[in-house]
Amino acid sequence: MEPFDFVSPTTIEEAVKTLASAGDQARILAGGTDLLVQMRAGRRTAPLVVDIKGIPELNVLSYDASKGLTLGAAVPCYKIYEDETVAKVYPGLIDAAFLIGGIQIQGRASIGGNICNAAPSGDAIPAVIALRGVCNVAGPNGTREILCEDFCTAPGQNALKNGEILVSISIPAPQANSGANYLRFIPRNEMDIAVVGVGTSVQLDASGQNFVSARIALASVAPTPVFATEAGDSLAGKAVSEEAIQQASELAMAAAKPISDMRGTIRQRIHLIGVFTRRTLNIAIERARGG
Amino acid sequence: MPGVTHVQSTLNGEVINFLCEPRQSLLEVLRDVLGMTGTKEGCNDGNCGACTIILDGRIVDSCLVLGVEAEGREMMTIEGMASAEGLHPLQQSFLENAALQCGICTPGFLLASKSLLDQEPDADEGRIRHWLAGNLCRCTGYDKIIRAVMQVSTAK
Ligand SMILES: Cc1cc2nc3c(=O)[nH]c(=O)nc-3n(C[C@H](O)[C@H](O)[C@H](O)COP(=O)(O)OP(=O)(O)OC[C@H]3O[C@@H](n4cnc5c(N)ncnc54)[C@H](O)[C@@H]3O)c2cc1C
Ligand code: FES
Ligand code: FES
Repeated sequence: MEPFDFVSPTTIEEAVKTLASAGDQARILAGGTDLLVQMRAGRRTAPLVVDIKGIPELNVLSYDASKGLTLGAAVPCYKIYEDETVAKVYPGLIDAAFLIGGIQIQGRASIGGNICNAAPSGDAIPAVIALRGVCNVAGPNGTREILCEDFCTAPGQNALKNGEILVSISIPAPQANSGANYLRFIPRNEMDIAVVGVGTSVQLDASGQNFVSARIALASVAPTPVFATEAGDSLAGKAVSEEAIQQASELAMAAAKPISDMRGTIRQRIHLIGVFTRRTLNIAIERARGG
Repeated sequence: MPGVTHVQSTLNGEVINFLCEPRQSLLEVLRDVLGMTGTKEGCNDGNCGACTIILDGRIVDSCLVLGVEAEGREMMTIEGMASAEGLHPLQQSFLENAALQCGICTPGFLLASKSLLDQEPDADEGRIRHWLAGNLCRCTGYDKIIRAVMQVSTAK
């Protein structure tokens, strides 16, 4: 790697000040599983690396039945899936945290880093969008909130402005009779990049037979993660049926605008979005029914 | 020009001090600065697990950690696995099961397996295969490695 300076601030204020004065000369380091790979390959250069893991707010992992989940941006995946409460309340988030890389990568990789890296294939992003995740940002002008579906703006680009950092992700407490799931397609069992990924969440009525609402988000089928609103909204108010699920999956396929590359073709990807939307919806429904 | 930083951490139970540049990975520091060459470099990008070490109780790929990040932290490398009494049971089992050929992947597999069995002594085959998915071996075809770990696991 090219030489760089390294600082590890311990407060948000200090980090923001450092980043704001360094401008585009600085890069934030969380688990480094994207950043260090990119810097070594020369795809990113940074005269200054700012390690944000020493800031307490970025290491928070707390659940409260009224406030929901606060997930510090730097919390590594293993801490998320090894937390019994989080694992119980947010299985749809655990699905993603548990399949990013292998155990070594999960020892370092954060959900915050996954979102900020803004890869179209980032596994956590559709899962967090489906769960109504909100990104809490701090910067030179104070704090602001960005909906997760608005956070990624282009491959490798996000909505953060100069001097801003992602502090945490808030996920509301799940509504009654709700469930979520994230699945991806890869040709191996582990350690690969999603050919497609689909995250869904559903809320059913008390009978468990009708949709109240649903959210569907897609990975690896556009320059950014896709929030397929029409597909999700099509389920609202309908009875849970194969037909309704089929229709939603067709709308998800229509929202997918993939390219052909070494991992898959356009046709294969669109087909897979249909299959995986149906599969994840069925799992989310089962979870909503308490299964 | 960025200079060198002084880092203090614990390696295999001993407090150590070293100097490194921020751009040096922990893998480079271990091998080139500290002369601990048991930790291997395969891909240098997080895919092969040859550089696996245990950092504060969790396995990580040391090629994706900066040397300066070791400040105040505890590291265990393959050099710390055997004790004065002899080989670790996993090392013995790898020998008995011929779970290595060239040996480049072996330190990583041993530390990854140790971290699993320390946490879940009764890990079964499926769990072991899943846990070791971040370690690649070009020689053995994996089965002998899995068998060696299963022999030490208490799962029956
Ligand atoms: C072998 C391997 C396998 C992988 N497998 C997968 C996989 O299966 N699925 C998947 O989605 N990804 C995978 N990845 C990619 C990577 O591990 C994930 O994207 C991970 O979640 C990134 O998190 P991190 O904490 O390591 O981020 P870092 O590398 O530290 O940061 C990523 C980017 O986000 C920025 N950033 C980080 N934190 C903040 C913050 N708080 N505020 C502002 N900007 C910030 C950094 O500057 C950098 O540009 C893999 C990587 C490797 C090396
Ligand atoms: S050398 Fe670090 S994972 Fe391959
Ligand atoms: S023994 Fe040669 S790579 Fe595993």
